[in-house]
Amino acid sequence: MRTVNFSQHDHYRNAVFPSPFHARQKEHNQLREWSRWSDYLSVPAYWCADMEYFAGRNACGVFDITPMVKHLVTGPDALPYLNRLMTRDVSKIKPGRVGYSVWCNEQGRVIDDGTIFHLEEGVYRICSQEHQIDWFMTNTLGFDVNIVEDTHDVAALAVQGPTSCAILKDMGLQGIEDLTPFGLTYFDFEGTQLMVSRTGYTGDLGYELWIGPDHAERLWDRLFDAGKHRGIKAMGSDALELLRIEAGFILAGVDFLPAMEAVRPSHTRSPFELGLGWLVHFDKGVFNGRRALQEEKEKGSRFHLVKLDIDGNKPANQSFVFTKDEKFAGTVTSAMWSPSAKASIALASLEAPHGKSDSRLELQGHSPLQQ
Amino acid sequence: MTDSRNIVIIGGGHNGLVCAAYLAKAGRKVTVVEAAAQVGGAAATREFAPGYRASVAHLLYLLDQEINKDLALESNGLSIAASGLDTVALAADGNHLTIGADSVEGAGLSSEDKAAYKEYRRFMSKFAAVIGGLHNQVPPRITYERNDLITLGKLALKVRLLGRDDMREFLRIAGINIHDILKENFDNPLLKGALSMDALLGTFSGPRSNNSVFTALHRMSGNNAGAAGAVSIPAGGMGAVTDALAAAATRAGAEIRTGSPVKQILMDGMQVSGVELTNGEQIAAATVVSNADPRTTIMDLLGARNVEAGFARKINNIRAKGNAAKLHLALDDLPGFKGLSQEQLGQRLVIAPSVEYVELAFNHCKYGEYSAHPVAEITIPSVHDSSLAPDGKHVLSAIVQYAPHELGAGWSEGKDAFMKVVFDLLSAYAPDIREKTVASELLTPQDLESEFRLTGGHWHHGELALDQFLMLRPVPKSAQYRAPVDGLYFCGAGCHPGGGIMGSAGRNAANVILAK
Repeated sequence: MRTVNFSQHDHYRNAVFPSPFHARQKEHNQLREWSRWSDYLSVPAYWCADMEYFAGRNACGVFDITPMVKHLVTGPDALPYLNRLMTRDVSKIKPGRVGYSVWCNEQGRVIDDGTIFHLEEGVYRICSQEHQIDWFMTNTLGFDVNIVEDTHDVAALAVQGPTSCAILKDMGLQGIEDLTPFGLTYFDFEGTQLMVSRTGYTGDLGYELWIGPDHAERLWDRLFDAGKHRGIKAMGSDALELLRIEAGFILAGVDFLPAMEAVRPSHTRSPFELGLGWLVHFDKGVFNGRRALQEEKEKGSRFHLVKLDIDGNKPANQSFVFTKDEKFAGTVTSAMWSPSAKASIALASLEAPHGKSDSRLELQGHSPLQQ
Repeated sequence: MTDSRNIVIIGGGHNGLVCAAYLAKAGRKVTVVEAAAQVGGAAATREFAPGYRASVAHLLYLLDQEINKDLALESNGLSIAASGLDTVALAADGNHLTIGADSVEGAGLSSEDKAAYKEYRRFMSKFAAVIGGLHNQVPPRITYERNDLITLGKLALKVRLLGRDDMREFLRIAGINIHDILKENFDNPLLKGALSMDALLGTFSGPRSNNSVFTALHRMSGNNAGAAGAVSIPAGGMGAVTDALAAAATRAGAEIRTGSPVKQILMDGMQVSGVELTNGEQIAAATVVSNADPRTTIMDLLGARNVEAGFARKINNIRAKGNAAKLHLALDDLPGFKGLSQEQLGQRLVIAPSVEYVELAFNHCKYGEYSAHPVAEITIPSVHDSSLAPDGKHVLSAIVQYAPHELGAGWSEGKDAFMKVVFDLLSAYAPDIREKTVASELLTPQDLESEFRLTGGHWHHGELALDQFLMLRPVPKSAQYRAPVDGLYFCGAGCHPGGGIMGSAGRNAANVILAK
């Protein structure tokens, strides 16, 4: 069992680091705005969030995902450890595959969601939105497993959009077109290893590129060089937010409150309440939250996450949802005007029994939803 | 393989035997598997030197009288050699105090202290009865379910029925330290020192540690000999109690297998399916009840990976740092304790000259050292029971504190040195103790841990404190004797209401299993 040594990363003097792509981001960042994502500087929008969104949907958008918290899980008990930690059956994620998962506390409340990369037999990478090292270490009790948080050791880019495959091919990634969704593979990149996974947060064709931080700028340069005739654009977090809502993906801290951060336990959500019941596998033995989730499955959930199609064209952010007879039904958690669907759409958390079946609901404070 | 309807109880300590007896009486098929060659665990009477016998647990003060009656312990062989013992607070100059159930006598004791002692006994007995009233309750969960509400309501009613002034006093003192209470009531240093020991024996606390009033009340919560906290000595040592329990269990139909250490608890999917012994034999059972301490049960026998991480963490974090060493001396003849008559040698002797002395003794163990000047609770059970030693010879049994489980220097190095400290201590009160001693045994918490499989060598299977009591014992949300694994139960002192030879945890667990 190893504990992560943050001191070597200067955490005590610096709370926020420039990403390994920072020099390139700076060149593209016409708006000169920076935001903070976890331990890193991030770009909300390089020149126009909407245009960056269109790059992601219609050509290729490149988003720096280095700040995503990354952990390496190794050791003889890596698989049983992960199977106890995660709600889904991790044994189904074969080497070279990636799986989305959530993990819960004893009460069956979601601590965070993330992706499990089965890098090679028995070696896993867990990517998460929140820092998880404390919880992951707590989970090692009784397992022969090594957990390292290696966020700073891996630079990563999301390359998303319909031209992404062609660009990567032009960049020299032979056979990239054979990579199936949620697959991962390795390439030689100027003498170092480049991992490519067919994953993303946009619901579109897309890849994520993982490389040592020292090679980050070369990767960026080669990528943008290969993509210059295929509409490649640097993309900020505002555009990504639009893409992920359209895809119906939830975001920790926005669509649900991570259980470890909740002051009031009742404000947290279970996987079922987030529409992620398909990630809960009761046929695999003990896992965190199992007993509580089993009970919830029998007794019913308190909330339902729903996708709303809203009249009008004004994003319904921060709206309350009511039934036709003006009874409170829930809250909108994420909302946008979707340029692709030409519709005002939203994710909302509704109190049970609302949201079980399609029905018409009213939104407070947005009538008429026109702008 | 036996029938899966079998109930297997891991550990034949007193709680395991009580649980077995009640389950067998209710018609269940019960097998008790005990690692040692005899039942009883730390209560067993064992020969520590040729011809000399003693039990690690040496005084009986908490045994539940309903259990005594239900299991007919007398007709199963239990007899009490002496009961209602006085406590003699030893003084190096021989001017000791004799502390009885309702009076205290001794040189230099003021009339105020004598009167205060009566009042102290009155309210402490009354408050101890509130704690004692909880012993036979399955701890309530904080829910709106009927049984839980009734239990909580009963507790509230008990507190309310103390009357206005006593209720206020109970609520004032239940969480604070014994030093403050003794200082409020008494002047005599020796009296205060000796009384503080009621709060501190077997705990990781000194007189000024918080909730040491609670531990004093817990110790006084039994009602063995008609007075709160009265102590008895069973004929044949504490092993006589566990032998009687074993006889009662066997008579009710339970099978007891000694010399059968359990290697692991077996699981079939999410359900307990039995146990595997270290010799490879498997015993199938849909219900497994563990008399082992919760940490041993979950971490070693079941495996942390078979429970959820949050539960494993809580179990792993149970405070269980044993601080009590046990001394057994084989004596040629009765030692000469200064100022004590032969009859007084049969009482409970306490070395704790003042509260300050006790606090200083405690200081050491916070830093991984044994006390330079320890405190002790001494009995010479052979005064009442000649079966424990050869004719005319005697056995001295003492709890010596503080001896931390984790000794900085290591016990293999430190044991001889501590033995010398202990002999020096005893010699100050009984100058001829070294000459009278023909053999000795000192059991450090490390020894208690390895011999009796007690995590931390802690006789309560986990520190007894308000944050590890009632619905918080062994850990919150699992205090109803059920582990969060289908078919697995706890029945040991690690559960409510804790340790001391009481039996309530075993009986409560049996009730939970029978109500299933």
